[in-house]
Amino acid sequence: MRVGLFVTCVNDTLYPRTARAVVTLLERLGVQVDFPAEQSCCGQPFFNTGYRHRTEPLLRRYAAAFRDHDYIVTPSGSCAAMVRDNYPRIAAKAAAEGRPAAVPGAVAEAVARTYELTEFLVDVLGVTDVGAYYPHTVTYHPTCHGLRVLGLGDRPRRLLEHVEGLDLRELPGAEECCGFGGTFAVKNPAVSTAMGTDKARAVTATGARALCAVDNSCLMHIGGILAREGSPVTPVHIAEILACSKEEGADRTRSGDGAGRGAVR
Amino acid sequence: MTGTYLGMPSFPRAAEASTRDHRLRANLRRATHTIRAKRDRAVAELDDWAQLRAAGAAVKDRTLRHLDHYLLQLEESVTRAGGTVHWAADAAEANRIVTGLVLATGEREVVKVKSMATQEIGLNGALAAAGIRAYETDLAELIVQLDDDLPSHILVPAIHRNRAEIRDIFLRRMADWGLSAPEGLTDRPADLAEAARLHLREKFLRAKVAVSGANFAVAETGTLVVVESEGNGRMCLTLPETLISVVGIEKVVPTWRDLEIFLQLLPRSSTAERMNPYTSMWTGITDGDGPRAFHLVLLDNGRTDTLADGTGRQALRCIRCSACLNVCPVYERAGGHAYGSPYPGPIGAVLTPQLRGLASPLEESLPYASSLCGACFEACPVAIDIPEVLVHLRERVVEGGAVTVRGTRTVIKPAKRHATERAVMRAAGWAFDHPRVLRSGQRLLARTRGLHPRRLPGPGRAWSDTRDLPEVPPESFRDWWARTRGGPGRGGEPS
Amino acid sequence: MNGGTSRERILGRVRRALADVPPSEHPGDHPVARDYAVQHGERTHSATVGLLAENLEDYRARVHRTDAPGLPALLARLLGERGARRVVVPAGLPGGWLAGAPAELVLDSPVLTDHELDSVDSVVTGCALAIAETGTVVLDAGPDQGSRRITLIPDHHLCVVRTDDQVVGSVPQAIRRLTPARPLTWISGPSATSDIELERVEGVHGPRTLEVILVAGDPREL
Repeated sequence: MRVGLFVTCVNDTLYPRTARAVVTLLERLGVQVDFPAEQSCCGQPFFNTGYRHRTEPLLRRYAAAFRDHDYIVTPSGSCAAMVRDNYPRIAAKAAAEGRPAAVPGAVAEAVARTYELTEFLVDVLGVTDVGAYYPHTVTYHPTCHGLRVLGLGDRPRRLLEHVEGLDLRELPGAEECCGFGGTFAVKNPAVSTAMGTDKARAVTATGARALCAVDNSCLMHIGGILAREGSPVTPVHIAEILACSKEEGADRTRSGDGAGRGAVR
Repeated sequence: MTGTYLGMPSFPRAAEASTRDHRLRANLRRATHTIRAKRDRAVAELDDWAQLRAAGAAVKDRTLRHLDHYLLQLEESVTRAGGTVHWAADAAEANRIVTGLVLATGEREVVKVKSMATQEIGLNGALAAAGIRAYETDLAELIVQLDDDLPSHILVPAIHRNRAEIRDIFLRRMADWGLSAPEGLTDRPADLAEAARLHLREKFLRAKVAVSGANFAVAETGTLVVVESEGNGRMCLTLPETLISVVGIEKVVPTWRDLEIFLQLLPRSSTAERMNPYTSMWTGITDGDGPRAFHLVLLDNGRTDTLADGTGRQALRCIRCSACLNVCPVYERAGGHAYGSPYPGPIGAVLTPQLRGLASPLEESLPYASSLCGACFEACPVAIDIPEVLVHLRERVVEGGAVTVRGTRTVIKPAKRHATERAVMRAAGWAFDHPRVLRSGQRLLARTRGLHPRRLPGPGRAWSDTRDLPEVPPESFRDWWARTRGGPGRGGEPS
Repeated sequence: MNGGTSRERILGRVRRALADVPPSEHPGDHPVARDYAVQHGERTHSATVGLLAENLEDYRARVHRTDAPGLPALLARLLGERGARRVVVPAGLPGGWLAGAPAELVLDSPVLTDHELDSVDSVVTGCALAIAETGTVVLDAGPDQGSRRITLIPDHHLCVVRTDDQVVGSVPQAIRRLTPARPLTWISGPSATSDIELERVEGVHGPRTLEVILVAGDPREL
């Protein structure tokens, strides 16, 4: 099985540690991972801000980059949702505008092969115990696109519950949006911050040392507020938790990026 | 006199103030969280909710796709049952019709049932200008009217007020409008409801003319339906001699049987009850029971413009339950007034810019008043994909395009205020389609990481005023991959 | 009839707005799947009546049960406990129902003013049907129910439901039995409001006390 990693532009640029964790995790599970370098952004920032036409080259690029992969796996609920929910919509609109070639059929084929990481683990590989070891208290925030668009359900939780040493703390109001919302965060900074502050407060109140999610963009927002408030909670992408094992050392994620984020201090 | 929505600031500006209002935030939080849990329970009682929701959406879509047919059928049925049907293309015409009908009765006051349509057209102001006093009789509308305030919620217009504030408004203002509030009035909800009962009863018994809206109008039978809780609706619909109902053209449903769907969807979605206390259904006029004259005013006022948009059309399915408001994290924090219209919350963000057109910075800002979290779509009992419509309207704002304004097809230009953003998006779009450029950018960012300020200047402050920036890593993933996995991935270095 | 021109203008706008709908499409062509439940769950008739009682009480209606011969005594007792001196009744209410009631009966009639009704203590009616799943009684202004206002202005409503033939399970079953040409009032508990902090409070403009009497057998000949 050929698995292509769709890293996403945010992870590529700001959170390479997450992407490397995906590689570590999948290889540990016996999956050979390929990274086609012609991949780029999924187009979500453009689409959600109203620039649908700007996304079309990115859709074609996505289909071309992953044309030979059986599975396209991405550590982002939001970008997976963009592909699965909006690519077909963009194709339909291009066709309605008399430009069907702008989004060729190869895009629809790529959409059908796209999986968010936890979906791939649970549904395709059929594992919930990935042999991870993470001796910390963690609270889990189900991000909106993973929860409501992809319908990830309890997959991330099931994976976390099987992590040795992990103490999962319930997050009150977990299903409420953190207020990131892409360009919403800067177009409506007051509301976005109000939502994020409430979320950060709920996170801190759990007493957990780490906040886990399937999306680094939401973690960047909540984490930015937690850091500003001096909260001791560290945001960690679920891939980084699942990649940790006793053999590789629970603190493996600490070295690497050099950025202070990621490892529980 | 109730306030107006004229000259309201854009959503982000209004929300900047309202998010700092801690009492408002606390009131909204308590109220919306109370109703959320109840609604979940009420919906969970019906194991066929998904089927009811799909059927409700389908009935509304059938109606909208053949709206001319159903409007004509409704007109015929209502007329046959003894009612009179009027058509109003816009707010001014609707106000003219209603004012004329009231003046013709010789009366100078009317009692009103809460009606979104009459809020939308500013009927109370038009009546006042003609010397007619309109008394709002819904408890929350009464609170809003007494306080010269604006409604901030579809179902609970005074949701931004807590019990103590309501008590103060009653004590301060009731005497100016009729019977004063009882001395020693407490802030217990039951006592406040009792004060409203006493204050309004004399008005009900005296009124000769009532104005209402309607939740549904059945084309097949000419039956109108008003769903309510307090009994003020029944008072208005049955005691006066003349009843004038102002109803949006999208409220029509094809058949009597269709009500079996909506009377299950609406109460559970709005007040989270199995059934609301009172539902009134009337068909024209009935000898010896209720009003002797019934006028139905069918209101367009931007609805046909909305209908003309294949994606935006679904907003006309709305049955005004307000479930989307109650689950919306943006509404909860910004409050209803920030939406600058009688339709706040997610549904307002898609309805107002369509009914009014992208006419001002307020309407242009509303499609962006959402994090696209999808809670509204999930809660909507008629499956309006609000995030889809929001994004569609954002495209209209930044790219312009074909729209219908007061019945005329026209092409609007991209909004001027978004010129800088458009340039940035163009550049970013180009960079993302040229990974070599993207990689150079990433490397530049990484090389300069020691120099990045903790807080950004200019527009970047919108982020960094409240949030730390992520630290930029020394090496992007794609560089790490190239370095450690023996060169670039399959297909070689992209162009 | 006013505004012939606006009528044409609006209809014209509607038709132009629907240019994407194929002219060959008839209203019935757009599919509506009615695969929702006719009623929720299987129940015996007595369980349905039990559910009605439970749901009525859940929304603060008071529920009483009796058989047909016991109805007059129960009504007399309830009116007595309430201290009702004047009771309005619809013209077609079976005469025997209030034979033993210690109250002055006021007959529903068009000459009765709203103010006079406001001085009445209670109203006694039958109903068209009752819906178990929602705890609703529906009035259709039939002879034993009278005009809509008599069940609205008095503060106390006693509503008699025949359990043998007037209780249906669900909203769809109710809709199929009701006649839309009649003025209909669906009542689910006493009047209420959720307007203050979205908390339900019983008792605003309609009767603040709703008592529903579930009667086994046929009380129409009393």
